[in-house]
Amino acid sequence: MNNHHIVNSFDNALNKNESLILEMGGRVEQQLSLATRALQKEDIKLSKKVVSSHNHIRQLEGKVNASAIQLLALRHPVAEDLRNVVMSLRIAGHLERIGQYTKNMARRTHTITKADAFIGSIDVLVRMSELVQSMIKSTLDAYNNREAQIAEDVREQDEGVDHMHNTLFRELLTYMMEDPRNISGAMHLLFIAKNIERMGDHSVEIAEEIIFMITGGWPTEKRPKGDNTSRMLLSPEDLGPSSVTVEEH
Amino acid sequence: MGSMIKILNETAIPVTNPIEKPCILSAKNVDVFYGNKLAINDVSFDIMENQITALIGPSGCGKSSVLRCFNRMNDMIDACKVTGDIRFAGQNIYDPKVDVVALRARIGMVFQKANPFPKSIFENVAYGPRIHGLAKSKGDLEEIVISALKKAGLYDEVANRLDESGTGLSGGQQQRLCIARALAVDPQVILMDEPCSSLDPIATAVIEDLMESMKENYTIVIVTHSMQQASRISQKTAFFHLGDLVEFGDTETIFTNPEYEITQNYISGRIG
Repeated sequence: MNNHHIVNSFDNALNKNESLILEMGGRVEQQLSLATRALQKEDIKLSKKVVSSHNHIRQLEGKVNASAIQLLALRHPVAEDLRNVVMSLRIAGHLERIGQYTKNMARRTHTITKADAFIGSIDVLVRMSELVQSMIKSTLDAYNNREAQIAEDVREQDEGVDHMHNTLFRELLTYMMEDPRNISGAMHLLFIAKNIERMGDHSVEIAEEIIFMITGGWPTEKRPKGDNTSRMLLSPEDLGPSSVTVEEH
Repeated sequence: MGSMIKILNETAIPVTNPIEKPCILSAKNVDVFYGNKLAINDVSFDIMENQITALIGPSGCGKSSVLRCFNRMNDMIDACKVTGDIRFAGQNIYDPKVDVVALRARIGMVFQKANPFPKSIFENVAYGPRIHGLAKSKGDLEEIVISALKKAGLYDEVANRLDESGTGLSGGQQQRLCIARALAVDPQVILMDEPCSSLDPIATAVIEDLMESMKENYTIVIVTHSMQQASRISQKTAFFHLGDLVEFGDTETIFTNPEYEITQNYISGRIG
């Protein structure tokens, strides 16, 4: 919408609210990038920094909430303005959740770095994280430029995250069955994978909220989903005769 | 064959949506001119029974002109000419045979500024029923007046001073007295032209609450400059701009997801 409100201060308040969302989104995207680098480089110091930085994201969420409530109480927004303000509350909630998952991911980094056997899995995790970072960036672009199509594309991208999650789940399950000493490290990696997978889901939620904000309607077409982990079962036979070593006493 | 068609007609399922209220007032291709100036341009829409319909738009957009068409108040302006088809309960109200006084009893009006007669509260309300011959006796008249005052939510406040002057009431009470005066002649439709524009928030809330309860028995068409009022009280909203009816639909849709950008601009305070 190109037209300005007759009351300039209304525009200022809306712009401030949008800036807070963009700042929060940028901060979340950056935190995920840092947490991923910490995991990849076994950088404990960096991972601790990510954990401690989450407070700032929560503070920004508080600011978005306060600004949105003030807009609702004082400006009585309607139509696109109303959708904009209400969606800002929801988007801020999703961004905070992504930040929380990033914090959890960073917390586990210390344990993971000791498990050399999982380098291949960490590569997949990094690719998952990069895809989610690109989804977050796209949602912020869609929000800033009011481009529903960019948000629509984000909905499609989540299937790629799900597929990588499936692959990791199967791979890590195999490591655990091969040698129980892998269980601890593999479990932490599984949790990180699940965290990243949930970040993808939150990005999709944000994308759908942006579509609603711009068009006034929720997407009606189902998005492609590929998360099969809840139905995934592996038995020792799946590993082949030589894969499992059973110690005899 | 003729009887077959008759049976089919009698048993035909009504074409109207059962959820949608029946139409009581309809405007089709209505133009309003003041002299040579076209003030309303080809406006068509239906007012549904027992609903509140809000007419909104910037000053000079023609919403009051449209409202005044519905009970031919524009007849009082010499330079005003109305063309098109306006129907009340299916009848063309601009038919030369229509008794305009009787029409205005069925379609009452409340104005922006409360305009009680310089008479007692009782006489203000009794005036209409008396000139329309609605009361056979003094008792009947009293009953009509008290009933109208109760429907307007004013009776409890004035019960012991019905013989006092109507002009001595507060602004909100005067406006409710005018509503009671309109109700006393048993209308079906009440037209309201910015009825709360000079009232404080409490008096406005009382009138809005009254309108909400009145819609069970009456159809209300209101012109308002307050977007919040239109969104609070109406079920349908019509947005006018420069004499055109830009958008007409469910109030919820108009205020959350209007179809046209110009509507969006007006309701969100981008044009005045």
